[in-house]
Parts: sequence; C-alpha cells; structure tokens
Amino acid sequence: MLLAALLPLLLFVFPLWKITLEAPQYPTPLGMYIHINDFTDANPHDIKNINLMNHYVGMKYIPDAIPEFKIFPIGIAITTFIGLLVFWKGNHRWYLYWFLLMVAVSTAGLIDFYIWEYQYGHDLDPKAIMKFTNPDGSVMGFQPPFFGSKDILNFRAHSYPQLGAYSLGLGIALALVAYWLGKKETTSKKLFS
Amino acid sequence: MKSKFFYLLTTLGIFLTLYSCGNSQQNNGALSSNAADRVYVAPGEHDDYYAFISGGFSGQLSVYGLPSGRLFKVIPVFSQDAEKAYGYNEETKPMLNTSHGFIPWDDSHHPDISQTNGELDGRWVFINGNNTPRIAKIDLSVFETTEIIEIPNSAGNHSSAFVTENTEYVVAGTRFSVPVPQRDMPISEYKGNFKGALTFISVEPEHGHMDIAFQLMMPGFDYDLSHPGRGKSHGWFFFSTYNSEEASTLMEVNASQNDKDFIAAVNWKAIEEYVKNGGGTMMPANYAHNVYDEGTHMATSTMKKEVRVVNPSEVPGAVFLLPTPKSPHGCDVDPSGEYIVGAGKLSADLTVHSFTKMLDAIENEKYEGEAYGIPILSFEDVRAGTVSQPGLGPLHTEFDGQGNAYTTFFISSEVVKWKLGTWEVLDRQPCYYSVGHLMIPGGNSRKPFGQYVVAMNKITKDRYLPTGPEVTQSAQLYDISGDKMELLLDFPTVGEPHYAAGIAADIVKQRSKKIFELQNNNHPYGIKSDADVRVERDGKDVHVYMSMIRSHFNPDNIEGIRVGDRVYFHVTNLEQDYDVPHGISMIGANTSELLIMPGQTETFVWEPKQPGVWPFYCTDFCSALHQEMQGYVRVSPADNSPDLRWSLGE
Repeated sequence: MLLAALLPLLLFVFPLWKITLEAPQYPTPLGMYIHINDFTDANPHDIKNINLMNHYVGMKYIPDAIPEFKIFPIGIAITTFIGLLVFWKGNHRWYLYWFLLMVAVSTAGLIDFYIWEYQYGHDLDPKAIMKFTNPDGSVMGFQPPFFGSKDILNFRAHSYPQLGAYSLGLGIALALVAYWLGKKETTSKKLFS
Repeated sequence: MKSKFFYLLTTLGIFLTLYSCGNSQQNNGALSSNAADRVYVAPGEHDDYYAFISGGFSGQLSVYGLPSGRLFKVIPVFSQDAEKAYGYNEETKPMLNTSHGFIPWDDSHHPDISQTNGELDGRWVFINGNNTPRIAKIDLSVFETTEIIEIPNSAGNHSSAFVTENTEYVVAGTRFSVPVPQRDMPISEYKGNFKGALTFISVEPEHGHMDIAFQLMMPGFDYDLSHPGRGKSHGWFFFSTYNSEEASTLMEVNASQNDKDFIAAVNWKAIEEYVKNGGGTMMPANYAHNVYDEGTHMATSTMKKEVRVVNPSEVPGAVFLLPTPKSPHGCDVDPSGEYIVGAGKLSADLTVHSFTKMLDAIENEKYEGEAYGIPILSFEDVRAGTVSQPGLGPLHTEFDGQGNAYTTFFISSEVVKWKLGTWEVLDRQPCYYSVGHLMIPGGNSRKPFGQYVVAMNKITKDRYLPTGPEVTQSAQLYDISGDKMELLLDFPTVGEPHYAAGIAADIVKQRSKKIFELQNNNHPYGIKSDADVRVERDGKDVHVYMSMIRSHFNPDNIEGIRVGDRVYFHVTNLEQDYDVPHGISMIGANTSELLIMPGQTETFVWEPKQPGVWPFYCTDFCSALHQEMQGYVRVSPADNSPDLRWSLGE
C-alpha cells in the first residue's frame, strides 16, 4: 500500500501523456508531452511549430498554462497524503476506499482532458485561413485522438499515456492488490483464530 | 584483290578490337556493368561521403555527395552570391573587404579539411583565394564562410590552404614573388630583389580564429604547391618551387631552363620556437581580417597593420632545398609522412624524396650548395626512388592508405596507380580530359578513406550535351577498392573543379545545425518577438525592425517613407523549425534578395527614388500561403509626407 500511495508522485517526474503529429514534411515528428503541471516540447520548439501549423485552420495556440496545472498537483498531493494516512492507520477496507477515490479522481482528469481536447479541436477562429467541412456539411474539427491514432488532414496524430500515467495506474492497481491481500490475510486470520 | 584484302584486314581489325574490349574492360575505361548500382543512392538515402569541390574561377566551394555525384550546395566564399545575399546584404559585405577595398570575386583553389592527430575532424574547411591573396574558413556546422584573412606580401596565393596535422597552422605560400614591401622598381631588377612569402596562419583551437603567426621571406622563386609533414615528419612543411631561374618575362621558356628546381622543406617547429623567443621582425603591413559572428549574424572587417617576418637564413636548421627535376608542381606527402612526391610537370618521371634520408643528409651536412643562405641538399642523398616513365605531365598525387599512390597526368590525360617503395606502376585509367587534381577522401591525412578517387578535369569537349562554346568542366569517380581502378561516374561541376577535399559523411552530418536559436540572436537590429517590431527614423536613415513567420511580414504596411531616404530593412526570421527559411525583396532595391534562416537577422538597403506604393514579398516558397506573404511601403515626396506609421492586420 505504501508503494501504491507513493507511485503517483512519479507524475511530478515523468510525463502523463504524449501527443505526436506525423506528416511527410516532418521526418522527425512534432510532439508534445503533457505533464501534471506543464506542456513540454518532444523536440526543441515543437509546441511553437504545432501552433504555427494549427493557425492555418484557426486553432488556438496551446496555452502556456491551464488552470489544471495548479489543480492537478494539489489533487495528487492530497490523494498521496490520504494514501499515506491510509497506509499508516487504515486497514484493507480503507485501501479499497482509496482505490475508489483514485479511480474517481483519474476519471475526472481524463474527462477534463477530453473536454480540453474537444475545445482545442473545435473552438476555431471564424477568420481561419482554411476552413474544412465534413461530408455532411458541418465544420470539421481537429480534435486529437483521446487515446490511439487518427488521421487529421495531412497529419497522423497519436495520443498515448506515458510513464507518469502508467505509474499512477500501477499505484491504483496496487491499492486494489493490497486490498485483496489484506482481505485474504484477515479472512485467514479469522479462520485460524 | 587489293581492296578485298583490305576489307579482310579491316574486319579482322574490328573483331580484334571488340575481342580485346571484352577482355580488358578496365584498361580501356569501359564501364563495368554494375557501375550504375554502385553510384546509385536511392531516394531518401544519404551518400557515404561529402566532397567539397572548389569552384576555381567561380570563387566558391561546392558540396557534393559521393558516390552519387549529387550537388547539395554552393557555399559562397570569395564571390558575391545573389542567391544567398552573400556580399550583398549589410551583414556579409565586410567579408569581401580587402586592403584594395571591396572585391566581389576571387579564384578559389585548394580546400583542406581541419585535422586532429593527423585525421580529418570535419570542423572546418580552409580554402585559398588565389588572385587577391586570402584564406577563408568555412564552418561545417553551418556550411558557411565565417572568416577570411588577407595575406600581405603575397601574390597568386597558390601553395595554400593546407593544414598541419593538428590544425596548428593553415599555410599560404605565394606563387608570384614580389617586392617586399611593395614599391616602385624596374621589373628587370627582379633577381635577388623579389621575395616569396610563405605564410603560417595560426588557428585558434576552439573557434578556429586565424591570425598570421609569421611569414617566412624566401628567395624569389614561384612557390607552387605545398603539403604538411605528418606522423614522423610532423613539424615540417614542403613547398614545390619553379622559376628558380628568377625570370620575370616569357616564363614558359625562361622559368623552364634549370634541370632541377626545388622542394623547400620548412621546419616550422624550429621557426615557431625562434618566434617564441622573440625572433623575426614586425613589419608594417595593411591587410584585412574579416570575421563573421554567429551570435550577431554579422561580419566585421578589421585592418591589421603589421606582420611578423622571418628571414630563413637567420634561423639555422629551418629551411633546406631538395633538388627536384623540372618545375615540380604537386608536392604530396604519403600517410606515413616518409615520402614526399614531387611531380616534375616537365619531366616524364616522378621523383619521390625520403624524409628519413633528408634528415640524415641534414645531420651530416651533405650540402651541395646554397641559395641566398639556404642549404641545398644533394639530389641523390634525399631521393627515395623514381617512378619511371609513368605518363606525361604529372601533376598531383594522393594516397589510399594501402601503400598505393595515385598520380594525375595532364598531358596524357590519365590517373596512374603506383606502389610506394617499389615505384612500380600498377594500373592506369584515362580521364576525359586533361585531369588536374585528384582527390581521395582523407587522401591528405594519416588515414585516407581509400574507396574512391575523384579526378577533376579541365576539358570535357564532347562528354555532355553541348551548351554553346562554354561547356561544363567535370569530375570523374573511380572505385579504387580493388586491384584495378574502375570508372563509375562522370558528373558536371560548378566553375572549375580545381581541387577537392572529401570526408566520411558521418563525421560531418551530425554536427550540422538545423536552425539558429532565436534566443541567442544578438544582432543589434534583430528582434525576438513581434512585440519589438518598429520603424525608426534617424534623419534620412530609416530602420525597419521587421519580423517574418509563416506566412506574413510584420509590419506589412509602412507609411511615412520619403523619397531620398535610406531604408534599412532589418528582417528577423522568427521561425524555429528546420528548413523554413524566408526571403524578402523590394521592388527597385539595388541589391539582391535576402534568404534568412530560422532565428537569423539580415539587412538590405532600399533607396526609394519616386513616390508611390511599392510592394515587397517573400522570395522563398515557404508555406501554403507563401503567395500571400507580401506587403506595401508608401513613399511620399520628401517635403510632404505623413507621419511614420506601420501596422499588420489593421
């Protein structure tokens, strides 16, 4: 359970997510890492160059900071603190509660990520240089994939979790394992007592 | 009957010719069937070698790939280049400054790549300007000329620009001897009065900055070519000479009278020591030193006012003369440093001197005479061997690192492979036509890459589609990895392919810069973002601090410019993406376009001559909206103009 509580802290070291854009003119693809508190370039100046590409279709610049960068670290700090408290004081039942809390928090984070992506891909400048429509006549959006790969005009976009997200996931999973082990232990104790 | 017999003979002759063709494919220059495969570099693949081929009278240096022979870039060195604004924009004009003022051209001859421990390190290429003596340095992280130093007391700077094995010095020898210092005197008093300056330019190890360490004032011969010692002979430099007759007219006859001229062996380490102890004298001079700074993206030209000269007769053990038959041209040192090959261009033989025998002769003071106080060694005491009758008109020799040497023959138009030590001829291949230099990548180092030799031909006649009286000169690629040389490819060149230097691509390509970091741009008129965009008037000078990024200029509307103004467009490319340069040109500007790399600032001057609204536009197809990358400048009469204002998107 200690490991489960501490693993999410790796989010402060490793990126959470990565979006990669491939195109013929980019033999080295453009890429952006999403950290818990920052966006960073995969290669120098990538975000600037993504912005330059995207301005043709009227997409907003990727912001230097979003409110989530303040909220998420606090959230992880709090849940880690709770996790440590649970490890110190709680029994396996509490492990399960922490697990459920973390699942809820992560789901909220993913929903937020999806909403941001949707807005980023659809909130287009009406004076956009190039306007594209879907076959049904609606305005084409440029939302990057939430998870997986997708073609967007001349780009192929990939969106996959990174080591930070895996650490978080593993931490959450370990809490569940700790719960099962704890439960087993108590059950066997009960049996033998 | 007679005619029938003739017919038979002819048929037999043709048959024999065909038969011999089939059998001795390599001897008659026919292509082996898979030559195309061996030079084919598939789309998207990279060549194995860079070849830096000088442009001779074009004044530039071209960059080719080997084995494909594809041209990648022409690096402007000594000549203005409107394509890249070199010598046209305000930043690079100082690069072409000399003691004679701005000179837009020179004759670029011998490129040589910097070395560390006798091996090519791929940091810089040095090359000589022949006509108005200069040495340039090209930085291989940017493939641009970043420094040019003028050589005082020199004329026809030909035995240049060769580097020592740790790039301690780049050496520039004068071909024409001249009065030193220059003065008004009768030409007929040449003998004994004219001097030949051999200039040693120190190269600062980190940034490669050049500085003339000393000039050795030699007798008034013509110093034709030179090469450094290496390995055991490191510390020495060898110069071929002709006109030891010291003639000054009808040179083709009068400079060809002596049976032997000399190879001058210069112990530069001894002179370096002499200079370190205060030897030599500072002599008044006037020469330009032009340096391009990557941080400010600008060149500055400084006039230097003195130079240290050394009289060879005052430094014992510093210079010796090695008699060498018939006006030697090439002076080439093998990878071990033992053999010095003198190609007596009027002799049918090649003379090879031995460094070991030379040292022995010096130690035992076996002198045959002296010239102006410089000891002459005896020919037989220093000669290692002679390659007997290999061809006509030997010029230059390079080495494959496997104990073989390759020499070009101008008159018999061929490359001849021969063996060091036994001096036997192993193979010969024709050149089309009249070959000058040849180049084996690394062939002037301790470690040649002995896979290919490139022959550079002065004449092509019928080899390519005709283009009027002026036809291309060309290079030819031979595979030398086997026992016999095999001709693989002809390719046309820019200007005269005088000489070349080649290097394995891997050493150079990972150091090649992709962009200039905008945050490191220290150009005094550069800007880092659109917030700094502005237009300022200072009397009749107007400075436009302009930015460019896909796909607009900022500002793109300017008003308040007056007839008679000097408008400086200082344009910064705000891009930070690989291979996204932008260009700019203004209608009626008496200069070239600018071609500006990401993160770089360049400047052109426009002097509007009549009122109106005048457009400017991006000259390099940069993006999908390149055609929209344009702007206007309103020019008003000098006495009736609106206030200066500028805008983008208003």
